Amino acid sequence: MYPPNFEYYAPKTVQEAIGLLDQHQGEAKVLAGGQSLIGMMKLRLAQPAALIDINRIPDLAYIREEEAALVIGALTRTAELGRSDVIRGRYPILSDASAEIADPTVRNWGTVGGNLSHGDPGNDLPACMLALGAEYRAEGPKGARMIPARQFYQDSFVTALQSNEVLTQVRIPRAGPGTGSAYSKMERKVGDFATAAVAVQLKVGKGGSIDAAGIGLTNVGPTAIFAAAASEFLTGKTGSDSDLKRAGELAADASRPFPDNRGPVEFKKDMVRVWTRRTIAHALGRAKGGP
Amino acid sequence: MAIDAAEVPRTPGPVTTRTIHVTVNGVSHTSTVQNRMLLVSYLRERLRLTGTHIGCDTAHCGACTVLVDGIPVKSCNLFAVQVDGRKVQTVEGLASGATLHPIQEAFHEEHGLQCGYCTPGMMLASVALLAHNPNPTEDEIRRGISGNLCRCTGYVNIVRAIQHAAQKMQTPAKGGP
Repeated sequence: MYPPNFEYYAPKTVQEAIGLLDQHQGEAKVLAGGQSLIGMMKLRLAQPAALIDINRIPDLAYIREEEAALVIGALTRTAELGRSDVIRGRYPILSDASAEIADPTVRNWGTVGGNLSHGDPGNDLPACMLALGAEYRAEGPKGARMIPARQFYQDSFVTALQSNEVLTQVRIPRAGPGTGSAYSKMERKVGDFATAAVAVQLKVGKGGSIDAAGIGLTNVGPTAIFAAAASEFLTGKTGSDSDLKRAGELAADASRPFPDNRGPVEFKKDMVRVWTRRTIAHALGRAKGGP
Repeated sequence: MAIDAAEVPRTPGPVTTRTIHVTVNGVSHTSTVQNRMLLVSYLRERLRLTGTHIGCDTAHCGACTVLVDGIPVKSCNLFAVQVDGRKVQTVEGLASGATLHPIQEAFHEEHGLQCGYCTPGMMLASVALLAHNPNPTEDEIRRGISGNLCRCTGYVNIVRAIQHAAQKMQTPAKGGP
């Protein structure tokens, strides 16, 4: 199955990539891992006139913890999230998600930046970034700007990224003491998109109550969804069974799933309710030192 | 090199090509390919290395798995131009002469295949798994090959074959097969 013809460029710098994107005025796509894009091109769902392959640009793949943030380079392969000690130890929401993205072979080539900027509501990392309150660095002809994840996803395959911008880095606020996070995905089989999946990060204060919470949802609407009401509700609560139950109900209310062969709307909303409750419990356990 | 008949464009627009230098199973190749040529098509149609199979052509089944710089990837979901300057290993590169690779011996001895369609991809995924984790548990093996589908065996003998290969690769090699 051959995709349509395209011009191919392999720039050596981000500046060069931006110049090529700008020159093609919306007709070019960035090729990172290509694990979604190439399949869409085969099916003619995408027919870019040019591909800008950013794999030859050095120094775009890294995971490092700075004073205020965990920063991840856009070209980091999704498999790396599961191998990083920093992530496994302090940001387990991302190693949970890494294990659920497609399959191990796809994860070897698919990238963090691609997963975040593709805009498919079935991608697993966007909900995590919504829960974590991450920001994306977008570099374009006029320089760099930071876009909060919670303002990035506008509609299916429509994001705040302009056609002449490259997403180069993700910045996640550094996890302080008492922070716990988790990602859980209900899927029919390995490699499938989620029937429903839930991302949770919360911070437990010294008094034992929840100081802050973020909840993101995967594949239960036209975009990844930030469950704002559920997140706000948890703040100040102790995390009792009834708190978790109510947060699950609020998350289900925030979801807007479509019926498909993974189930009808009512079923998917109910799965959001149940999996939100379970994922909060998991994150709370981790905040208190659990696995 | 001329453009193969199999590469005649089926969509309008000029044919765009690029010359790549790639090392496949230790042999250097310089080829002019269409930008849109998939790595699996390059290996099969240009280099005639037909051991790499096309199963689903949608990056699900893993039959087309090859190693690029030692990392297993699905070659139906990668363009040939992307491996310019890189090293590719296919199933044809596993044996050295008449001596089978331990993973090949193990698939033979443990009956790790029936129709054989998934086997090249399954073996390359296994080689990479064992390079990363020389003594995997059954669970780690099952997760490690979860990007490769087999519709015959139910995976039981494949898992046994990989366990057997792990043992072989940890003990010093004997004289020959």
